[in-house]
Amino acid sequence: MKKLSARRRHPLAAIVVLIFALAATGGLYAAFAPAKKAEADDSASIAVEAGKKLYLSGCSTCHGLDAQGSSDGPSLVGVGAAAVDFQVSTGRMPLQQPGAQAPRKPEVYTETQIAQLSAYVASLGVGPKIPTANMYAPDGDVVNGAELFRTNCSQCHNFSGEGGALTEGKFAPPLKDVDPKHIYEAMLSGPQNMPSFPDSTMPEQQKKDIVTYVHETTKKEPNPGGLGLGRLGPVSEGLFGWVIALGLLIGCAIWIAARTPKARTK
Amino acid sequence: MSSQDKSEVPEEHLPEVHASAHVPAEGDPFADPGLPAHEPRVTDIDEKAANRAERQVAFLFVISMLSTIGFIWAYVGIDKYRIIDIFFFGKIGAQNLALGGFLGLALFCIGAGAIHWARTLMTDEEIVQERHEFTSDPETREYAIREFSQGAADSVIGRRPLIRRTMIGAMALVPLSGVVLLRDLGPLPGTKLRHTDWKPGVELINEATGLPIKPNDIVKGSLTMVLPDGLVEKYGPAGQKEELSHGWLEKAGMSAVLVVRLEPEDIKSKKELDWGYEGIVAYSKICTHVGCPIGLYEQQTHHLLCPCHQSTFDLADDGKVVFGPAARSLPQLKIHVNEAGNLAASQDFAEPVGASFWERG
Repeated sequence: MKKLSARRRHPLAAIVVLIFALAATGGLYAAFAPAKKAEADDSASIAVEAGKKLYLSGCSTCHGLDAQGSSDGPSLVGVGAAAVDFQVSTGRMPLQQPGAQAPRKPEVYTETQIAQLSAYVASLGVGPKIPTANMYAPDGDVVNGAELFRTNCSQCHNFSGEGGALTEGKFAPPLKDVDPKHIYEAMLSGPQNMPSFPDSTMPEQQKKDIVTYVHETTKKEPNPGGLGLGRLGPVSEGLFGWVIALGLLIGCAIWIAARTPKARTK
Repeated sequence: MSSQDKSEVPEEHLPEVHASAHVPAEGDPFADPGLPAHEPRVTDIDEKAANRAERQVAFLFVISMLSTIGFIWAYVGIDKYRIIDIFFFGKIGAQNLALGGFLGLALFCIGAGAIHWARTLMTDEEIVQERHEFTSDPETREYAIREFSQGAADSVIGRRPLIRRTMIGAMALVPLSGVVLLRDLGPLPGTKLRHTDWKPGVELINEATGLPIKPNDIVKGSLTMVLPDGLVEKYGPAGQKEELSHGWLEKAGMSAVLVVRLEPEDIKSKKELDWGYEGIVAYSKICTHVGCPIGLYEQQTHHLLCPCHQSTFDLADDGKVVFGPAARSLPQLKIHVNEAGNLAASQDFAEPVGASFWERG
């Protein structure tokens, strides 16, 4: 006890106490907070009910208690299950902080919970459904997909799916590590500022072709010529040559000139 | 290298310090200071250091030779389709990497060897070579003038003005043939830049499906690229006629249009509302700045961004420029729904699409 009272004036004492207090609060929260893993249930209505509960605790602050939207978030009536699955599975929702757009981050909800949330939002109004696995399997026509991608997607995402900048901090994300299912859902639902490509103007087969092209070009196609440099071609290659390669040569020149071969250095 | 060399030369072996060879004249602040006294290098006074430098230069040249052999080996010996996965760089072609690497090393070592040679072994005495006088000496000048006058007199050009004048005339006219050839740069554009393939009643064809569009197909927030009906059949790549492929790009480039649906109450301009159909509006896809295709549509802000120079157009307000270098609004295509229930153009664009041009006015 004496030891403890002697050490309480130690400069690190305050930090140690703070760490203990934080650990205790966190531990207590973990012990008493509701368990994350909800149990799966076959019954659709039970899923909707469970989804509603999740919605009220996790989403209603911004999207409103009845999902009609508020000043902080859009209405979810009629956005469909595909939009919920895309936003929540890629971690974009729940939103971490307001900003130009929601970035991709580790997902917060489990698969079961996402299915329940999707079921609840789908029950509010008719909207695009979650695509089935064969709809987005990357085995479509890659040539047609490339044509469609260049016409409809490449303006923002770059023709090799590297992504690009938009206005005021918004951006089109790179498609390299995106699940084909999420690419399909993004086309269906048009998340955030991306326009949607509904089945009425971009039929299922065409979407499948686009997914195939993205899969081929971002995952399979190597860079035979060396560094891809965003695959932008001469512009980025020239920039690389002028800035990096020429910079190295100038560095060499400075290094040579800075060293004298004279016997007497001063 | 030289830092080691320096430490090996003891202080007593260093040459004496020489005073500057040139003493500036008293009271003249701009006098030529002359060259500083020559300082010897380590390799000038230490034979071992000089031999070491020679071996270093030779070593660099040998590396260059080996790299050139490596380049030839890479060209012959590596399968051009072989892909290797290198950390950080990703999957890249093995042959390209080896060719570039070996050629770069070969050239770099020649350069590095030459510089090392010049700095350590070639003489570094500064030598001044005086320039000769620019003016020729009087005899040469006199001779040249005499020769010229004699030639002029012999040619009788001074006495025969008819020859002189016709010769000047002939020389003046010859360049005209070159000017006339400039006409070959192409046929005059005429009114071609002012019209597109959109005519009254031409249906809007969805580029993704090749089919006409019903108003219900266009969902709010969606983006659809369209072309005029008949364009693909007439000029399209499907026809595979070589001579038409250029025409296709030209035609598709002029007539490309994008269709979006906005909430009618969001549309700020009465004209835009009237030229659309229940909030469905069609705009030219060609930027009015320098004619890049623009399709970076932000469905929440209704802004259309051009990827080339960041011109931004507000599709809810007559396609007005809200940012960037474009000077004119994006042209809107007036549309209606025809008897078949499909979207169709009511007229051609009211103004020329795309970039400004000289005669546009």
